[in-house]
Amino acid sequence: MKRCFARGQGLPKLRFGLGGIMAACVIFLGSTALADTDAEVNARKNALDVAGAFTNDGFKLRDGHWCGTVKPQDQALIAVNLFAGNQYWFAVGTPDPGRKVAVNVYNESGKLVTTQHYEAGEQAAAGFSPSDSGQYFVAVNLESGDPTNFCLIYSYK
Amino acid sequence: MSFRPAWLLLLLSAAVLYGAEPAQLGPEELARAARIDSMTIPTPGELFAALQKPGKPNWTSAYRPPIPTSYKDRAQIALNLGGLIADGFIAVEAQDSQQVKNIGSDVIKLAKALGVSQNVLSRGNSINDFAETNQWDSLQEELEATQNEVKNSMQSHSDQDLVILVSIGGWIRGTQVVSGSVAANYDERTARLLRQPALVNFIHAKLNDISPELRNDPLVKSVNERLSTLEKLVALPAGKTPSPDDVKKVNDVTTELMQEIQHKTHGQ
Repeated sequence: MKRCFARGQGLPKLRFGLGGIMAACVIFLGSTALADTDAEVNARKNALDVAGAFTNDGFKLRDGHWCGTVKPQDQALIAVNLFAGNQYWFAVGTPDPGRKVAVNVYNESGKLVTTQHYEAGEQAAAGFSPSDSGQYFVAVNLESGDPTNFCLIYSYK
Repeated sequence: MSFRPAWLLLLLSAAVLYGAEPAQLGPEELARAARIDSMTIPTPGELFAALQKPGKPNWTSAYRPPIPTSYKDRAQIALNLGGLIADGFIAVEAQDSQQVKNIGSDVIKLAKALGVSQNVLSRGNSINDFAETNQWDSLQEELEATQNEVKNSMQSHSDQDLVILVSIGGWIRGTQVVSGSVAANYDERTARLLRQPALVNFIHAKLNDISPELRNDPLVKSVNERLSTLEKLVALPAGKTPSPDDVKKVNDVTTELMQEIQHKTHGQ
C-alpha cells in the first residue's frame, strides 16, 4: 500500500491565484466546443474548479479529460500510466449539486492505493506519488441516487 | 467557488476512504477499464518532470538539429509532429524561449501540411506569446493543447488513424531523450522510468488497429516492427530495474527510429 506524499511533501496549498484561474479558464474554454452535452461541460467545469487550485502549487494540468456516466454503487474505471517521483492529483466533477462522488486509485495488480482524498459532494479528488512507474487505474465512484455524468482530469508535478 | 479556509480545513482533514470501494479489482475489471489517448498516454512533459527529480539534466544537450518540414507522406508528418511537440517540452524544460518559438513554428508548418483547423494555427501565436514572456508552465499546457487540437482536427477530417502516430512520435522522442540521459549518467531510480509495459502494449495495440493501407506504409511498418523490440525491452516485471545495457539498447532502438522517422525519403 503506498503512502501519498510519503517523502515529506505536504498537501499542496489550495488557493486560487490568477494563474490557476486563467489556466483553468483557457483549458475549459478551449474544450467546451468538444464536449458533447451541457452536463459534460458542467462536470468538467466542476473538475477544473478543484484541479485549478493545485496549479498554484506547481501542478500542471493535463489538457485531456475523460467524461462519462457512472451509476450508484458502481465505478467508472480508466487506465493511466504514471511515473515514479511525480506527484499526481486526479479530480472529478459532476454537474449535479448534492451528488456524492469519490476518486480512488488502484495499482497495476488491481490493489487499492492509499491516496489523499478530497470530497465535497459533486467534486472530489485523490492525490498520491507513485513509488513505481507503470499502469494505474483511476476509479470514479458514486454513492447513491440516479446515474450521473462525470468528468475526470488530472494534474502532475 | 473559492477555496476558503473552511474548505482547506475540510481538505486537510479529509483522509477519508469513501463508501464501499473494493480493496482489490479483478483482472476482468482491469481489462474493461477505459483507455484513451488523452489520458492513458502520458505527455513527454510528465516523463521529463520525473526525469529531473534527482537532478536537472542538461536539457540543451538533448536538442536535435531542425528537421525538414516539407514531408509529403501523411504518416511521416504525423509521426514527426509528435516528435516535434516532445522537442517543445525539452525546450520548455531548458527554459529556452527562442528554441520554443522555433519549434512552435515548425509544429505549425507540419500541422498546416496535414490541413488542420484554424484553431491549431492560432495555438502557434499563443506558443510564441507564452515563450516571449517566459510562461513555462503555460507553455507545457499549450503544447499539449496544440497536440490535442491537431488530433481533434484529424478526427474531424477522417484522419483518425493518424492520431495514434502523433502520440507514438512523441513517445519515441521522449523515450529517446530519457534513455539517452540515463545512459549518460546511469541511476537506478531514473532507469526505472523506462519500465512502461502497459503503455507500449496500448500503443502497439492501437497501431495494429489502423487501416491496412496505413499499416502497410513502409515507415509505419518499420515503426511497428521496432515497437515490438522496444516492448520487450521495457516490459520488465514490477520492481526490476533496467540495467545500463538495457537502457543503452532502448536508446539505440529509439535513436534509430527517430532517424528513420525524420529521414526525408519516405513517400517523397
